[in-house]
Amino acid sequence: MKPFTYDSPADAATAVRTVAADPSAVFLAGGTNLVDHLKLGVARPGRVVDVTGLTSTEITEQDGGLSLGAGVPNSDLAADPRVRSRYPVLAQALLAGASGQLRNMATTGGNPLQRTRCVYFQDVTTPCNKRSPGSGCSAIGGYTRYHAILGASEHCVATHPSDMAVALAALDATVRVLGPDGERTIPFAELHRLPGDAPERDTVLRHGDLITAIDLPAPPGDRQRYRKVRDRASYAFALVSVAAVLSIADGVVQDARIAFGGVAHKPWRAWQAEDSLRGARAGHEAFRAAADAELAQAEALPGNEFKVPLLARTLVATLRELTGGQSA
Amino acid sequence: MDAEITLRVDGEVRRLTLDSRTTLLDALRERLGVTSPKKGCDHGQCGACTVLVDGRRVLSCLSLALARDGAEVTTAAGLTTDGALHPVQRAFLEHDGLQCGYCTPGQICSAVGMLDEVGRGWPSSVTPDGAARPTLTRAEIAERMSGNLCRCAAYDGIVTAIEEAGR
Repeated sequence: MKPFTYDSPADAATAVRTVAADPSAVFLAGGTNLVDHLKLGVARPGRVVDVTGLTSTEITEQDGGLSLGAGVPNSDLAADPRVRSRYPVLAQALLAGASGQLRNMATTGGNPLQRTRCVYFQDVTTPCNKRSPGSGCSAIGGYTRYHAILGASEHCVATHPSDMAVALAALDATVRVLGPDGERTIPFAELHRLPGDAPERDTVLRHGDLITAIDLPAPPGDRQRYRKVRDRASYAFALVSVAAVLSIADGVVQDARIAFGGVAHKPWRAWQAEDSLRGARAGHEAFRAAADAELAQAEALPGNEFKVPLLARTLVATLRELTGGQSA
Repeated sequence: MDAEITLRVDGEVRRLTLDSRTTLLDALRERLGVTSPKKGCDHGQCGACTVLVDGRRVLSCLSLALARDGAEVTTAAGLTTDGALHPVQRAFLEHDGLQCGYCTPGQICSAVGMLDEVGRGWPSSVTPDGAARPTLTRAEIAERMSGNLCRCAAYDGIVTAIEEAGR
């Protein structure tokens, strides 16, 4: 591990100034991903700035929704009665991810900023445009089971690994950021970016930007579900996942918010599927049409073609579950 | 970069000066001689290094020691009281919840932390929707212990032991 200076500043503003002033500095929160990257040599910071205790660890009522402090551990967030009853898709997504130990360490602010688990990204002996811009992509033509089928580029086919982020994208959450120039907010669906020709940038955050809270609006629908398909029953990353939030009246879809995980460089908000569902009579036909509408743009790689039909079926199954079998 | 921290490990206050790169696991094992937590994968995938920090189960291999300054750390060895085994330790012995024993200290700490989480009513991904409190079924135990691997596959005994300790 490369030597680094460890800082534990007194407040968030100092932490932001410290990181902003040093191009080699990084923030440390729960550490579950960063400490692993320090060991692997994927991350080689000269300075590690610990923000533990510098952002809120509270969940508070706000404008009919909830404000989630960036320091709230994933386990506490998943267990909160308000989250469980009003945002079950978020609680389910959190509980579908990682292990009990990791959820105790991981934080609300850190989880969305975890990096891809692409095996080539994590192996410093192989070329990777995300880790080492311009070096090439080893996944293209390689092992692609966990790689993207939506929005990838010739430079990077990695997927975002977070479950929580998929639910937050579907819930239209907002990210509160403290940067060198002050505070601002970013719609959650715009936090992460597609790889394009700069896959080294996972998000639109600038160096020194610190997530201080994530705000949830009032629940956008009362029928919510997170469904994850993976290679083993627990403690595995998604092959595909679906976060769905539906409102239905008289058998007709009034509103739909849908996001996919495990299939793109970012949590994939399924806008076409949502458009297709709005106003449609809930049922198999409409669900299948929504899946087709979204996945018309899918581009599989040799080795992950199975993810396109798998995602379509997972979306249909999730919607069917949410509509109590009206799909039969 | 070196810095000084204080940890309370298994009830004993320990002061030590550490390189910033030292993980909590290495601080315990290599600096303090507390070898109960084990180094398995050293990447947060196996759970052998699980300890309780301020009562919560965490992975000591993914914790920077400096970031745990002032923490109360409990290892499996520290769960005994006056030489008497903790109920979870007794149940592991009674139900053969181990074979080679390497993953056991991590399994024990994880089980103790997990039973506390169940006691607080925390759900898991297999808890039925709307359940006010989780019931400690074998499926619940398997899901909640999925972060602890056992290369000898003593899982059947591990689950039985936790079932009994949780009664």
